[in-house]
Amino acid sequence: MKRRDFLKNTAASSTLLGLGSLPLSSFESANALEVKKITILHTNDVHSHIDPFPANHPKNPGQGGVARRAAVIDQIRKAEEHVLLLDAGDIFQGTPYFNYYGGELEFKLMSMMKYDLATIGNHDFDNGVEGLLAQLPHAKFDFVSANYDFRNTVLDTHVKPYKIFKKGGIKIGVFGIGVELKGLVDKKLYKETVYNDPIDITSHFAKKLKEDEKCDIVICLSHLGFEYKNDPEKVCDRMLAQKTKNIDLIIGGHTHTFLDKPIVEKNSAGQDVVINQVGAYGINLGRIDFYFDNKMNLSSTGRKIIL
Amino acid sequence: MLHTKNYHTFLKLPTLILLLLTTYSSFSQEVVNTIIEGKQININEAAEPKPEYNSLIAPYRDKINRDLDEPLAVCSETLDKSKGQFQSNIGDFLASIVLEKSDVIFQKREKKSIDACILNHGGIRAIMPQGNVSARTAFEILPFENTAVVVELKGEQIIEFINYFITEKKPHPIAGLTFSISAAKKPKNVKIKKEPIVLDKTYYIVTNDYLANGGDKMDFFKKGTKTFDLDYKMRNILIDYMKDVDTIKVTSEIKVVQEK
Repeated sequence: MKRRDFLKNTAASSTLLGLGSLPLSSFESANALEVKKITILHTNDVHSHIDPFPANHPKNPGQGGVARRAAVIDQIRKAEEHVLLLDAGDIFQGTPYFNYYGGELEFKLMSMMKYDLATIGNHDFDNGVEGLLAQLPHAKFDFVSANYDFRNTVLDTHVKPYKIFKKGGIKIGVFGIGVELKGLVDKKLYKETVYNDPIDITSHFAKKLKEDEKCDIVICLSHLGFEYKNDPEKVCDRMLAQKTKNIDLIIGGHTHTFLDKPIVEKNSAGQDVVINQVGAYGINLGRIDFYFDNKMNLSSTGRKIIL
Repeated sequence: MLHTKNYHTFLKLPTLILLLLTTYSSFSQEVVNTIIEGKQININEAAEPKPEYNSLIAPYRDKINRDLDEPLAVCSETLDKSKGQFQSNIGDFLASIVLEKSDVIFQKREKKSIDACILNHGGIRAIMPQGNVSARTAFEILPFENTAVVVELKGEQIIEFINYFITEKKPHPIAGLTFSISAAKKPKNVKIKKEPIVLDKTYYIVTNDYLANGGDKMDFFKKGTKTFDLDYKMRNILIDYMKDVDTIKVTSEIKVVQEK
C-alpha cells in the first residue's frame, strides 16, 4: 500500500506525521515507506442466522444477514490487499436453516464469502460428530482446534490444531481453542472427543507458532467465552490472555459478548494482547488491522494499539 | 544495436541486485508490527445485499417459509428471558406449557401425574414478540432438538436444585414449584403443587433430555431413580400449544421470593 493512502486511511495519521525524522537518501526512504497491512475480519456465534433480523424486530431490527455481510466484506477486500476472514465457532444452530439442512447452507455461504478458517463451537456438535463430518464437504475452508483431540472420533484428521497463512511476506499463525464439552454438550453427540486444558495447550501452540514457526502474528481463535463474572475460576479469553504469552490477538466467541470495541489485556510477559468478540448472529463484523513497517511508526513504548 | 543492448544490461544488473538486496535485507530484518487498529462493523441496511447470495439462499428459504410462516396464535406481550431476577415471563410461560402438555401424555402412559417442571434459562434462545407468532417463532425460541423427559426424583434432589438456583443467580424456569430464599441464602417454604415438600417422597419432574443427562451442571437429575422419555420435542410442545390457543397470555404468579 502506498504511504499516502495509508496516511489517509488510518486514524493514526496525525501521530505518524508528527514523527518527522524520515531517512534522507532516496534509496532508504523508498524502503522506509514500505507499510504492510494485514486485515483480520471475524465473526462468532452466527448460529445459522442467514437472513437479517426483520425490520420490526424488537432487539436488532434490520441487522445482520449474510448477503449484506458479504457486501461489507467485499468492499473491504477491494480496498485491502491482505485480508483474512475467520470464524470463532457456533456456526450451527439457531434458525430453521440448520434444523432443515444441517449446516449445508451455512458452509456454502461461508465458502462463497471466502472464509479462511474457523474453530469449532459447542453447538457445532449439535448433530453429533457425524453431523459435522457430513457437512465438511460443503466447507471450502479449514477448521482448527488445538485442545479437542478427535483421534477416537470420525473427525480424526479433519481438524488440525493450527494453520499458518502468508500474506505479503507476513506470516500469520492461527490456532483454535474450544470450550469444555462435559455438562454443556450431550456425550452422545461429542462421543470420544477429548477436551484438553486450554491454558496448557495455548502456551504450547502459541510458543510453537511464535518461536519455532516465526509467525509475525499469532491469533487464537477461541470458543471459551469472554469472561464469567459469576464463576471467576472458569477459564475464559481474559484469563487465557493473562496466563499465557506469544499471542497477539484472541478472537472469541461462546458468551455472545457485544463489545463496544476490542479490549487489551497484559499477558504473563507484560505484553499487550488484543481480545475481540462481536456478539452473535452476524450482527457485527470484527475488524483488526495489523500494520508492519521498518519501525518508523514504532513508538518508544512499543507498538501502538488504536481501539 | 546488439552491442548497445548488452552494454545497458551490464550496467543495470548490479544496480538491480543492489536494489533487491537492500530491499530484502531491510525488510527481513526490520519490518515489525508497529500499529494494531480494531473496531466492530455493524451489518445493517446501509449495505446493499449481494444478489448472488440471495439466489443461493432463495430455494432453501422458500421451502422453510412455506412451512413456518403461517400465523398460529397472537402473543399479548413481548416475552423476554432477560427481564426479571428470579423469574422471566417467557420462562414462566414455557415451564407451565411443558408441564401441562407432558402431563397429558404421562397420565396416559404411566397413569401418574407430573408434579413440577424444571428447565434451564440458557435453553431459551430468543424472545417471543408481541403479535402474530408461528412455528418460526418456536424454532427461534427453542432451536434445539431436545425432547421432554420425566425424571423420578426425591424431595432432597429438588432442594439440591434450589441450592443450584440460588448459586447460579439465573431465572431458571419452573412450574408447580414455589420457594423462598432466606436471608442466609437457603431454601425455605418449598412447596410442590402447593404442598410442603417431603424430602424422602418421590416426585415426577418434567425437564428436557439435555438437563436430565446432567447438562448445565444440573447434576441432581442424574440421581433420578427412573427416567421416562416422552418422545415429545420441546419445540413441538410450543407449536402444539400455539395451535391450541388464539391468544398467548402469561399469568404473573410469584414462584420465588427472596427474604431480606
